[in-house]
Amino acid sequence: MTDTSASAPGQPTAQAAGLASGGAGSRRFRGARNYLALIPFHVYIALFLILPTAIVAVGAFTTATGLPTVDNVTRLFTDETFVDAFTKSIELAVSTAVAGAIIGGLLAWAVVRGDPNGPLRQLVIAASGVLAQFGGVMLAFAFLATFGFNGLATMFVRDVLHVDVLTDASWLYSLTGLVVVYTYFQIPLMLIVFLPSLDGLRQEWYDASASLGGSSWSFWRHVGGPILAPAFLGALLLLFTNAFSAYATAAALISQGASIVTLQIAGSLQSEVVIGQENVGKALALGMIVVVSIVMALYAFIQRRASRWVK
Amino acid sequence: MTHSSPNAASNGHGVAVAFQDMHRWYGSVHALNGLSIDIAPGELIALLGPSGCGKTTALRALGGLDDVDEGRILVDGKDITNVPTNKRNMGIVFQAYSLFPNMTARDNVAYGLRLRGVDSAARKKKADETLELVGLGQQAGRYPHQMSGGQQQRVALARALAIEPKVLLLDEPLSALDAKVRRQLREEIRRIQIMIGITTLFVTHDQEEALAMGDRVGVMSAGRLEQIGPPSELYDRPKTRFVAEFVGLTNRIAATAQGGTVNVLGMAVPLLEGSDQSGPVEALVRPENVRLTPTDDGEARVAAVSFLGSLCRAQVTLPDETLVVAQMSASDARGLYPGAAVRVSVEPAAVFAVAA
Amino acid sequence: MTATPGGPLSAAAPGGGALIAAPKGGKRRRLSRGQTIARIAILVVVLGYLILPLFAMLEFSTRGDFGSRSLNAYAAILGKQDLIDSVTTTLQIAVLTVVGMLVLLVPTMVWTIVRVPRMRRVIEFLCLLPLAIPAIVLVVGISPIYRFMGQNFGKIGASPLTLALIDIVLVLPFAYRAIDASLRSIDTATLADAARSLGAGWVRTIVQVIMPNIRAGILSASVLAVALVLGEYTISSLLSFNTVQVVIVVLGKQDPFISVAVSFSALIFGFVLLVVIARVGGGRRTTRQVEEPAV
Repeated sequence: MTDTSASAPGQPTAQAAGLASGGAGSRRFRGARNYLALIPFHVYIALFLILPTAIVAVGAFTTATGLPTVDNVTRLFTDETFVDAFTKSIELAVSTAVAGAIIGGLLAWAVVRGDPNGPLRQLVIAASGVLAQFGGVMLAFAFLATFGFNGLATMFVRDVLHVDVLTDASWLYSLTGLVVVYTYFQIPLMLIVFLPSLDGLRQEWYDASASLGGSSWSFWRHVGGPILAPAFLGALLLLFTNAFSAYATAAALISQGASIVTLQIAGSLQSEVVIGQENVGKALALGMIVVVSIVMALYAFIQRRASRWVK
Repeated sequence: MTHSSPNAASNGHGVAVAFQDMHRWYGSVHALNGLSIDIAPGELIALLGPSGCGKTTALRALGGLDDVDEGRILVDGKDITNVPTNKRNMGIVFQAYSLFPNMTARDNVAYGLRLRGVDSAARKKKADETLELVGLGQQAGRYPHQMSGGQQQRVALARALAIEPKVLLLDEPLSALDAKVRRQLREEIRRIQIMIGITTLFVTHDQEEALAMGDRVGVMSAGRLEQIGPPSELYDRPKTRFVAEFVGLTNRIAATAQGGTVNVLGMAVPLLEGSDQSGPVEALVRPENVRLTPTDDGEARVAAVSFLGSLCRAQVTLPDETLVVAQMSASDARGLYPGAAVRVSVEPAAVFAVAA
Repeated sequence: MTATPGGPLSAAAPGGGALIAAPKGGKRRRLSRGQTIARIAILVVVLGYLILPLFAMLEFSTRGDFGSRSLNAYAAILGKQDLIDSVTTTLQIAVLTVVGMLVLLVPTMVWTIVRVPRMRRVIEFLCLLPLAIPAIVLVVGISPIYRFMGQNFGKIGASPLTLALIDIVLVLPFAYRAIDASLRSIDTATLADAARSLGAGWVRTIVQVIMPNIRAGILSASVLAVALVLGEYTISSLLSFNTVQVVIVVLGKQDPFISVAVSFSALIFGFVLLVVIARVGGGRRTTRQVEEPAV
């Protein structure tokens, strides 16, 4: 093949090199270029997610004057306020997660047994979507309107049922109140997360179990239950993380008193005046990251195991 | 198979099944319209029809998975119309995905036995035996997601048989499988069914499957049974237009009918009962009954030839532009190539004709 | 985790959650008597409990003098300038967040499918990472960055619109799931190849070929983003920006009626939005097989 480019004999032109299939140099170059397009994304994540996390992690081990220390972190285990805060946060998260999972799970079952294209199902799912996205602040106000000192339910129970149990509405502003309020939004969240798993229970399995002589109970015990267990557990973990990380509702309801971790972190941010407080907040934050990471790792593990069976 | 298996009743496993004037509505759709079928003990009835014809509804009604609005179902002489599914003791094989994914093949098969209180060792033994019967003795410890579609369906079959049911119901069990696996599996199912002698209802939309498997084949359309009989009868002597067009390949050739015969391409051929008896009609001629003779003054032209192994099919254009498919053995196809001139005639076999 | 309790974890659920799911398997069978009773009981009790606070909000915010009903609280909303301002600001942030999220995510995700499938895992992990970093933690780490921006980027750096930068991060897990579900449902690689073979450049391929076909996912992600921004409180308040939730809380201390009225309005708005989006974006999920025309 004659070629007119001025090249030394025996030296392939750049064009020929590019055309030569699998010319090692060109392939590597092309490969590297592909990764370039992903750079903006990674830079963004690095700047607005990784960096802040790193600041927290490093700051947790730094004194107010910038020297490395483990004091902040050890205080998490020694200082009673902090131990108490973590305990309360975890208790809150566990109790509301379990309550939400059970009630939400039952609701999901009730919805799933209806017409898949019917209005009830669509309405409930849409409503759950909104409620689960219901800002923590708005949720707090909803409950104030219900159980606050002038709330609808408070007045109803007091004036119509003549029972005094709800009249002192200060319970709403305590940890008990948080439990009740958090459970409220855990239910729709559970519905949204768990419903697809219930959908994934094929009717054929139920029919097959029945044809082999099984009752409803035998189906749930041997087939439905075991299949749903991972999904249920996963949803439970998700609910836990949700309640554990929540801040807005507590901030809106509790004007003072820092009984849970998120409130304490906020407190430390707002009172930077106190020397040494700032980095303790970072230590608390680091503690939160650790707890949430463990739970999310468990969740990811369960997810992977669960998807093995149900394709 | 063109006859009821003679061995069936003597095995003692088969029971008679009867549908009596069954009706079922889904909203305004009349899914079952007076369906009546009598199934002899040990017989395999294949229900064939397009989607929506009611064949699956019939099967599900028999299995108790769906209700019946009117009519009765009798098994072994007893009316079971109102008996719940889990008391009917029937083996059901679904189209796909019916194995319990959280159990091994063995546990799946043993499930029915477990529910019946059979002890662990006996369960395992029976499950393994049944798996052996369907050729999966080595796979007993595998999970469904570790198996191919064909293997899963075998396990499903084993599971249904393990409880020694009175009736076996198969709801399009092969439809989700590859062609080759399908053919292999259907022969095995048939072999096992004959061996055990169990009364079986097999639902499919694939006519090759139905004709190959059934002692008798029932063709359904719009909730009604069009015709039921041995496969050859459906093929050679269809009673209604629907059956004539649905079963097997047909050519529609313009012809004239009068008094019991129809004049097709110059040949007078007997008309089947149920046909339109006079005037201009379209005769439904099977490809294997179309004869092609290569000749220079032939008025028809070969459009294409397909080689199918032992058979050949040729598409031929008639002078009036009709396209006709002829089928012949490969040796008889010599002399046929695209563009060749041929003379087209039909064998004297009886045909069905419909008004043009 | 997002600032809002609950948050749009729906889309974080496998398969996009209930918003995109549909039942599998054969026909549903009728329930037994006992099951039907249980079903109705559950629906009545649980749904009733969920509706109660919503109804209470409506009742509370429409209270007039001497037991009458009045819409004063709602009318008063229009009079509160700082509330109106905060709504405007928040909506602007929402728009920026949606745009930023789409620009950041869609090309990246398409690119991983079409050119660098190996990075899919990495991208997925990074997008789900924000779930492990609660908003309250994020704000601790980001306040130094915000101080830096405020000091060095002048008015823009100090404007509440910069919240969009973080909101994009917060919405990533949910937006990722929603868009991923859509991308999986179409054969993205083949579509891209087809467009490219016909001469389209990458921008054109993504904007004119891929995006119209993942409308459902984009819509879903956008709705989630808007909902998140509208409900975001943690970061806004701790960075001292006056978004709508922050103002509601401040207002709430003075006048609970208006705050409840605003909350209720936001709820209705969100519900209508979601239903509309679900209708427009999702549509009927039953894809009927088109019958081959009989030749």
